[in-house]
Amino acid sequence: MSLENLLLYFFAAASLAGGVLMLVARHPMRVALALIGSMISLAGIYAILGVHVIAVFQVLIYVGAVMVFMVYVIMLLDVRDPSFLERYGRAVIPSVAIAALLAAGLGAAAGRGRIATAADLAQLRPGTPAASFGIQPFSAEFLGRYWLHFELTSVLLLAAVVAAIAIVRTGWRRDG
Amino acid sequence: MDRTQLMLALSVTLFALGFVGVMVRRNALVLLMCMELMLNGVILSLVTFAGRSATLDGAVLVFLVFVVAAAEIAIAIPIVLLLARQRGTLDVTAYSELKG
Repeated sequence: MSLENLLLYFFAAASLAGGVLMLVARHPMRVALALIGSMISLAGIYAILGVHVIAVFQVLIYVGAVMVFMVYVIMLLDVRDPSFLERYGRAVIPSVAIAALLAAGLGAAAGRGRIATAADLAQLRPGTPAASFGIQPFSAEFLGRYWLHFELTSVLLLAAVVAAIAIVRTGWRRDG
Repeated sequence: MDRTQLMLALSVTLFALGFVGVMVRRNALVLLMCMELMLNGVILSLVTFAGRSATLDGAVLVFLVFVVAAAEIAIAIPIVLLLARQRGTLDVTAYSELKG
């Protein structure tokens, strides 16, 4: 087994362990740390798969922005909350059963059938050169062919900021 | 096991784990984080398929999904904070007005 495959299995196991820890941990801060570990392992998987740009984005956007925000909010809130002490709600066994069914169904669907390779796709659409996932081709493609989508994301982020401010202002008004 | 199948199995498992978390846990913030885990599982499958195709379209789509996830969390967390301030608790079993 090559080193690359070994690392792939290691990161896959680490991300799974993070996911299981998220279900077991009691305090939300531990859950957040388990999720961060899982996300960093996924970034490692992306790097091994050769999509370096997405690995960088995974660390920057998810771990750097979303999870830091989440950790701040957890630290802001009261640790004596009842939901911090009691982990699980009522319907534990049915939901685990439903999730197991879902996983089995999806896994069976994914295991069946043959997945097309890059060569098949190139045959399907002749003339398109095989792209590499380095920073430079990604940037050129992103700001060239997809400039409209790039600009639309900034509109989406602006809308999110306005919505967040509107939510907070509604809360102020209700409090008087 | 083929690498693609391994990644797909991992993605399905992460999705199922996140689903169990959303159904089972009581803390609203933990619920949000479990939703992030589900989204990460879906993104893993998207990246796996994007890596197999010969074009960069999939990678661009993944970036757009990241931006949408960031916007989602930026709106969801103020809502959770408001709920926590209004009810004095983060326990989702206390939010039961919509129950019939």
